[in-house]
Amino acid sequence: MPFWAEITVSVFLVIAGVFGLVGSYGLVKLPNPMTRLHAPTKATTLGVGGVLIASMVFFYATTGRISAHELLIAIFLFLTAPITALFIAKVHLHLRETPDTLPATQESTGWASYTAEGPARGVRDFPPLSGEQAAKTDTSQ
Amino acid sequence: MIGYALTFAIAAFSLGLLLNLWRVVVGPTNSDRILALDTMVINAIALLILLGIWLGSAMFFEVSMLFALVGFVSTVSYCRFLLRGDIIE
Repeated sequence: MPFWAEITVSVFLVIAGVFGLVGSYGLVKLPNPMTRLHAPTKATTLGVGGVLIASMVFFYATTGRISAHELLIAIFLFLTAPITALFIAKVHLHLRETPDTLPATQESTGWASYTAEGPARGVRDFPPLSGEQAAKTDTSQ
Repeated sequence: MIGYALTFAIAAFSLGLLLNLWRVVVGPTNSDRILALDTMVINAIALLILLGIWLGSAMFFEVSMLFALVGFVSTVSYCRFLLRGDIIE
């Protein structure tokens, strides 16, 4: 293997290891669920990205062919990481928080997630919206 | 030199898996557990690709692609079950 490939692969592997470890350590260290959501969804995806780049360079240097499998995995992970983060945030917002426990939004409309119709059959441990606001936003009937 | 970097990366991601496992056990909320399981899947994907580099084998890309698919679907369905009480309505 040429020397530049060894250097590149090693650098990307070390960067990836540091990012992955920081992401998982943030999951343990940070104090509340919304901050814990921040660390792994960004840092670990960067870590996997570094591993994938290192793998692409390694297999190009050893076999002489460009492998596209890593690109597939990277595209899939980068597409799905925000979706899983949104779902986990929604679980936390709807099962553990109410509009009163959250900070203000600096807008006149409030938190959009609560103005839509709430979960019909889910585990819901906060009181429903007051009559006026619920009637204004209830468009399902 | 790649050997040292590989050892470091494998150690880092394995330690990350242990930290995630701690968060799965301790909790305290369900969203933390889902998040820790999702991060465990991502760390496992990284470990699989590192194993592929270690063995010089291109076989592990399919395995990690399947891991990514199953991890995404299971995370979304767990969240949906908690939010709606049902997965396919």
